[in-house]
Amino acid sequence: MAKRLTRNGNGNGNGDGNGHRSPAERLSEVGEKVRSSQAWTSIFRPGSIFRKGYTDSPRNRSYVIMNSLLYHLHPVKVKRHAVKVSYTLCLGGLSFFLFIILTLTGIFLMFFYRPTAAQAWNDIRTLETSVTFGLLVRNMHRWAAHLMVISVFLHMSRVFYHGAYKPPREFNWVIGVVLLTLTLLLSFTGYLLPWDQLSLWAVTVGTNMMGYTPVFGSQVKFVLLGGAEIGTDTLLRWYVLHVLLLPFVIVIFMAIHFWRVRKDGGLSGPL
Amino acid sequence: MTEVPEHLLRRSKERRAALGLPVPGGPDAGGAEATPATAGDPDKIPAHLLARSQSPGTAAGSAPAAAAGGAATTGGGTAVATAPAPVAKGPEGHTQRLLTVVKAGSIQDVRATPTDKVHVWPHLLIGEFVACMAMSAFLLIFSALVNAPLLASANYNFTPNPSKAPWYFLGLQELLTMFHPMIAGVTIPGIGIFALMLAPFSDKNPSSKPEDRKFAIALMTMFLMFWGVLVIIGCFFRGPGFNFTFPWKDGVFFDL
Repeated sequence: MAKRLTRNGNGNGNGDGNGHRSPAERLSEVGEKVRSSQAWTSIFRPGSIFRKGYTDSPRNRSYVIMNSLLYHLHPVKVKRHAVKVSYTLCLGGLSFFLFIILTLTGIFLMFFYRPTAAQAWNDIRTLETSVTFGLLVRNMHRWAAHLMVISVFLHMSRVFYHGAYKPPREFNWVIGVVLLTLTLLLSFTGYLLPWDQLSLWAVTVGTNMMGYTPVFGSQVKFVLLGGAEIGTDTLLRWYVLHVLLLPFVIVIFMAIHFWRVRKDGGLSGPL
Repeated sequence: MTEVPEHLLRRSKERRAALGLPVPGGPDAGGAEATPATAGDPDKIPAHLLARSQSPGTAAGSAPAAAAGGAATTGGGTAVATAPAPVAKGPEGHTQRLLTVVKAGSIQDVRATPTDKVHVWPHLLIGEFVACMAMSAFLLIFSALVNAPLLASANYNFTPNPSKAPWYFLGLQELLTMFHPMIAGVTIPGIGIFALMLAPFSDKNPSSKPEDRKFAIALMTMFLMFWGVLVIIGCFFRGPGFNFTFPWKDGVFFDL
């Protein structure tokens, strides 16, 4: 800053020696004042890069992870082979990312959707034709859902082929299979919500199959449909499952899954 | 005082038993009936080394004689223990020099191998960021180009032909053409999920190297292929009445 001040002083006569400072210097002074204020220091924890700036050092690399709620799902350091894209193909992380996209787009869709047989289809139609970005967001929600089923499935295959379910990761594999099942259920419950011919009859096929559960098949079907056949009650039931109950359950299982990845010693391998 | 590792204590006990010295804590089953060590025993400390360690002051020329004497007795260990060794002798006849001839491999017990680690920032987070951005870009562009299907409003009185389940359940629907619904729709997927959960408990092979687990890989690949083929047949090769068709002949009867 001093350098620039000197140049200004010599060049265009702004620095006349009477405390007249350049805009850049005034800006940096304000920045200094903000960073040393109580409000700022109460927000950013000691060691935060927003306090002293970031210079590349092992200490600061650790602080980046430790001072972020999101990043500290990761350890500060991981095995070198675990960061290779060719090892994981990012499949687990992308499944989680798709879940986040699905949550965000799903919340948007909820603003325009009423789960009754009389209104559901019209709401989707209106969403597609009259709501800004409605069609795009609905498309994203649907394609992301299919992609998530695929990526979760591929993630499971990857883990199997790497033998990463072996001790000490047996329990996390079981959690993973539960997550796969929950993903399929989330996708299937969402399938009914547009209430068009595709969803009605796909769900009819699916629930008829579940009706053949041994011993208490008809009870299972009745609970799932909220009645003897698919109708408004089914729609409400599956809507609540889709937007509340299943996401709630899957988030709990995801939390356990991620936590166990670290507790079981990070990623498996190398082979 | 620091904890002495168990395997070292055990070795010390065995050695003491072999040398005929009193074993602290009582002799164990193996130590009690330890056979007298012969000169040819590879684990046995050579008698001439023992002799040299216990009488460092004597000339080198007497070492072969001591070795010969040790070999001549039936119990070499007993002979050494009873030999006069006034110099550098610790409690219970132990000298420090004896430790130096124990093989290195049996003393060093490496439990944790150091792992090569890198900082998550930037090495992992960069990769994750790029993957997320690529996925977002793909999703955004694909969604802008391809619309999600929205057929006519639900109508109980008109059943589309064919009516298909979501694609990931089409394998089950395919099984439905071959088996009773209770088998195809409930039993097989139930057993499938359960078998998947049991995979780590039924696969006892400790190795994760592909060449060591050909059977597991073959089994899983067959299972995945079987499932994939069923899903593909259900998606593209099933037409009106859920009868077999070719997509290039009659078109595709499939909505995502």
